[in-house]
Amino acid sequence: MKKWLLALSLLPAMAFAEDTLNSGDTAWMLVATAFVMLMTPAGLALFYGGLTRSKNILNTMGMSLAAYAVGTLVWVIIGYSIAFGDGDLIGTGKVMLSGISSDTISGSIPELLFVAFQGTFAAITVAIASGSMIERVKFSTFVVFAALWVVAVYAPITHWAWGGGETLNFGEIDFAGGTVVHINAGVAGFVVAMILGRRKDYEKAAIKPFSPILVVLGAMLLWFGWFGFNAGSEVAADGTAASAFLVTNVAASLGVIGWVLGEWLIFKKPTLVGGASGAVAGLVAITPASGTAGVGGAIIIGLVGGFLGFLAVSKIKKMFKVDDSLDAFWVHGLVGIWGSIATALFIADYAMPEDYSLGSQLVSQLMAVGLTIVYSGIVTAIVYFIAAAVTGGGRVDEETETMGLDESVHGERALNL
Amino acid sequence: MKKIEAIIKPFKIEEVKDALAEAGITGMTVSEVKGYGRQAGHTELYRGAEYVVDFIPKIKIEVVVKAEDVDAVVEKITEAARTGKIGDGKIFVSDIERVVRIRTGEENEEAI
Repeated sequence: MKKWLLALSLLPAMAFAEDTLNSGDTAWMLVATAFVMLMTPAGLALFYGGLTRSKNILNTMGMSLAAYAVGTLVWVIIGYSIAFGDGDLIGTGKVMLSGISSDTISGSIPELLFVAFQGTFAAITVAIASGSMIERVKFSTFVVFAALWVVAVYAPITHWAWGGGETLNFGEIDFAGGTVVHINAGVAGFVVAMILGRRKDYEKAAIKPFSPILVVLGAMLLWFGWFGFNAGSEVAADGTAASAFLVTNVAASLGVIGWVLGEWLIFKKPTLVGGASGAVAGLVAITPASGTAGVGGAIIIGLVGGFLGFLAVSKIKKMFKVDDSLDAFWVHGLVGIWGSIATALFIADYAMPEDYSLGSQLVSQLMAVGLTIVYSGIVTAIVYFIAAAVTGGGRVDEETETMGLDESVHGERALNL
Repeated sequence: MKKIEAIIKPFKIEEVKDALAEAGITGMTVSEVKGYGRQAGHTELYRGAEYVVDFIPKIKIEVVVKAEDVDAVVEKITEAARTGKIGDGKIFVSDIERVVRIRTGEENEEAI
């Protein structure tokens, strides 16, 4: 029971908290929501687009944009109801946001704002997963997949972690979505990459990033947006939000250092693509811990996160046959698992619950991670098969893949010189 | 009349151009090219994946001169473009049959 109380005290914006509007909190959350919005169609789109070959950059960016647009639509129609409606295994009762008006308060902010804030999380999660599928998945398949996935995978997992589900809430500390967003997206991407098969050129021809400049710019926009993501997950403008803001910044910086140090030592070159990827890895790692870790913890979480990300994509990935094209599983999934474990290990004195037990917290973290891997893994596969069936096969033909999806699918080119 | 084609390292283009100007050469054609010789390729590294790039960027200069000027011009280019390291490039000299200046219709040495 104590475990539950701890978990509940860490959850953002429970409906039964003080139900009066706080204008400071509301102002911050309006801004934080806009921050997080920027992460998907700008930050992630450029980060992923820059890493893709020049013939597929628009398709790759298009998947982030589509994920955002479609994710937003299904979120307000049914996703929010499943995630934050009443119920144990699944939420209900808020389809089309029924019963919520501009006067409805959630915690200390309008519930409509909470809907918008959480919607940006749903959208970015499926957009992150797109990184594993690029350069070969059909655009139509991905659009259908994104809609179904937010409803069938993202919303239930969110309900168990944050939305009041009890049976499948194991008391994990996941402040801003280490498990809900990053492990979930990483596993989903990996599963689809496995089903799709590898790209024709994978490990056969040079697959060079379109533009490391865009990779860096995209990663820095993600970093910027992540302040809204993590500090916004407090759903209030208070000391915990400030702490989350600081540790987010510290862990991202250490992620850069961890990744670049790794490649400098092993490959003798500090690369900018590595630095940008390291920032993202550091941010992923700190996400679940951002409400509880102090700066000391953030330094270790970020440093290990960055180094682990580097090790994963340059060494561990090669032991598997799966073409996780932009490393969504390795950077978000694997580093996310480190983040979840580290959350239990590094708690600031000022955030430490009185009767904290490291052992039982670690068990809670691992159970939630395990549930997410199993549920996301299985249901993602089902959702993908449905999306592929509806759109007549999930993979583009060989000619399209060779020619590039930008011209053949979208009729556009990234650069018209 | 002879054509001198020089493949040089891109960062040497300004020095070569100045050297040719000193030698009284008043025009040239420059293009960005790629290729490899003894220097072979180089590697690029993205997220721990190393790629061998076979073709290295070079600059090709084409100059047409009177036959008696060839040795002086080749010497100027060689001096200006040399670093002493592998990959400095090559110079090719070949015969030119006919030259026409489009604006005036002048031909051959008049037109160089």
